[in-house]
Amino acid sequence: MTEKPIQGERKMFLTGNEVVAWAALAAKVDIMYGYPITPQNEIMHYWTRMAPKYGKKFLQTEDELSAGFTTIGGVLAGKKAFTATAGPGNTLMQEPISMAEMMRIPTVVVIQQRGGPSTATVIYSQQEVTMTTYGGNGEGFRVVYSTATHQELFDYTIKAFNTAWKYRFPTFVLGDGYQAKMRESLHIYDPEEKGIKLVEPTPTLSRPGQIGVNREPNHIRNTYNTEEELYQIVMGYAKEYAEISPEIIEFQEQDVDDAEIVIVSHGVVSRAALAATQELRKAGYKVGYFRPITLRPFPTERMRAVAANTKKLLVVESALGQLNKLVLNEIYGLTTPIETLLKPGVGVTSEEIVTRIKSLL
Amino acid sequence: MTLNPQMPKCWRVESKPHKFCPGCGHGLVLKALGEAIDELGIQDRVVFGCDIGCSLLTWDFFDVDTVQTHHGRTTPVITGLKRANPDAIGIAYMGDGGGYAIGSQHLVNAAARNEKITVILANNTNYGMTGGQMAPTTLPGQKTETSPYGRDAEDIGYPTQGPEMVAAIGQKGAYVARGTMANIRQLKGYFKKALQNQMDGTGFSFVEALASCPTNWRTNAKDTWNFVENEMSKYFAVGELKVPDQLKEV
Amino acid sequence: MGKTAKIALAGEGGQGVQSVAEILAEAAYEEGREAIYIPNFGVEQRGGVSIAYLQISDQPIGSPKFQKADIVVALSDRAVIRTQRYVDERTTFVYDTSIEGVEEHLPKNAGRVFGIPAIEVSKTELHPRVFNIIIMGAVIRATEVVTLDEAKTAIEKKLGYKFDENPKLREMNYQALEAGIALVEKAL
Repeated sequence: MTEKPIQGERKMFLTGNEVVAWAALAAKVDIMYGYPITPQNEIMHYWTRMAPKYGKKFLQTEDELSAGFTTIGGVLAGKKAFTATAGPGNTLMQEPISMAEMMRIPTVVVIQQRGGPSTATVIYSQQEVTMTTYGGNGEGFRVVYSTATHQELFDYTIKAFNTAWKYRFPTFVLGDGYQAKMRESLHIYDPEEKGIKLVEPTPTLSRPGQIGVNREPNHIRNTYNTEEELYQIVMGYAKEYAEISPEIIEFQEQDVDDAEIVIVSHGVVSRAALAATQELRKAGYKVGYFRPITLRPFPTERMRAVAANTKKLLVVESALGQLNKLVLNEIYGLTTPIETLLKPGVGVTSEEIVTRIKSLL
Repeated sequence: MTLNPQMPKCWRVESKPHKFCPGCGHGLVLKALGEAIDELGIQDRVVFGCDIGCSLLTWDFFDVDTVQTHHGRTTPVITGLKRANPDAIGIAYMGDGGGYAIGSQHLVNAAARNEKITVILANNTNYGMTGGQMAPTTLPGQKTETSPYGRDAEDIGYPTQGPEMVAAIGQKGAYVARGTMANIRQLKGYFKKALQNQMDGTGFSFVEALASCPTNWRTNAKDTWNFVENEMSKYFAVGELKVPDQLKEV
Repeated sequence: MGKTAKIALAGEGGQGVQSVAEILAEAAYEEGREAIYIPNFGVEQRGGVSIAYLQISDQPIGSPKFQKADIVVALSDRAVIRTQRYVDERTTFVYDTSIEGVEEHLPKNAGRVFGIPAIEVSKTELHPRVFNIIIMGAVIRATEVVTLDEAKTAIEKKLGYKFDENPKLREMNYQALEAGIALVEKAL
């Protein structure tokens, strides 16, 4: 029971769903709550096989509402808890996450995006960007990591628990069906052996002690009586979110300094964008690559600087402009033209991007 | 402030007088629950979850750890907490809309999984907080804001009989009862058994409490009691529906 | 091998194309190379054509799916039709010769098209259960993405527990692998 799930560093060849289960174990997660939906199912399959060996728990709930709210219950009890979902399940997940947002409950949710709207395909898309960053009846006080490789899926799943528990904003790992189902190699490791400190969870409710003797009861709520009261709460969160954003924001870029056109993409599509950039550079084209890793908070400052310094942006995504909306919002006021390569629910290859760039230069 | 001598010890003095309407049944139900918590000596271990609707007014009602959740979602929040910390004593408190309509899938499945939690549901035959709409428990012929000519059972069905439903789903070890604010001593006894059952780790516990809503019923004191005692209990039979073996001696 | 080899394997459920792709990906991974394998999945996976997308390279691989494959192996009539979209003038298209009435559907734009009697050989000379290993041999010879030794190691890793129970199976699998290689050599 006390044995560490991962000792040392090991190279492995896994599916992305398997990677998430390993990462959750490595992050010392106590309990997973989940409801079946493709393409995230195997996260639960691997978790339920591995977790009991290390004294970890699992509950299969009646739907994603319950998966989200039981996750909240687990976190309030002071345990590292998470759930995973996709598509229509993510739609339902927005209700519990809006509560987590309001009550600053450090939930972690892994999303493996599938096609939309509606049931659509169980395969792949990047169509859950808007929902994951700004879903629910709220202001988008969440952290969203968009991963591109299995290594990142492992690294950022571990990081998501630290981010959530450190800042107490709900945190998402935004993957997709391709990442969920494909096999590729990565290094798995014990984060503490690598010097990554894991943030310790603490209980909000059911804390030890005697009421009125050595502790007070905790009363937590998400309902407020007056507009002014709510305004104060929301503005307080907004200020705090803005303050911590520079610590959380992550992005990746290549060859942007002298680029005449910069490809902007995120998640698995950025693999194709990076390959296209490298190929075009070899052929003498002045192309750059920019990729937000955190979609919330967005790397606004750097995005603006990159956009201001180039002649054109090409936004590429497997959605009909969800990343593009974020980018447009962030670079408002600049006059850099934006071209798009938008393929909702369909993968994008480097060849397509290369062809597109050549037609633009 | 002088302490009301009849107030249960686990009631939170600072939040009294409470915010329920005059004549509301919640106060009596919560008094019975408070006394049950006191008599079992479990104040430190209780995590109380309250739903949306009038039940949300209990978010600071007790001197116990409390979480106010979303409409219908108190059952999964308390379920998740209890799963993560089996030492806690989880109480999910809700109304008939929360338990039998928007959160019915959670109630049904928590019962089916025999979750070791205690669900307490106040049945006052309407949605009180939102202004008195028809609820799953509205009686045939009863007028509400969304059944202004009286509930037509032929058109929209008969009232939900919650404890009967939960008892039918309930697993071995589950405790299911329906009490009433008209018999506080009995209701407290049901609450105690429902909590004891959770402490014994035996199974799911569910108590429905018949409660008054004079504001939306538009009844005076006499008619309010008459409705609870005679009209409601005619359709909603008071008593224990499922008692696990270890509680039969109590 | 500098560039990325892109392989699409397609067949009916039970023909084992997914396990072939998985073993090949494992073999490449064991050789220390980059490999991505992704199955088609979806509602279609119940009763539809099963396709495995495999890429092997010496460099990090971009998108997990691709538009055009270097090699397509199609093992049923539906698979032949379904995989035409992955074919261009650089594609080698391999199909099983036992598929009836498929000639008119064979891609006209492929760089090279040839048939191999893998189903027949598995039935008459070996055993139907090693059919997919014959296909694996064919892919290895047609692409040279992994060595024979690595392929054997990967098979051992995947099926070793069965071989321990019945050592004859190991021999049969290796024979199947070599039969697949021979079939392609003959067709080339």
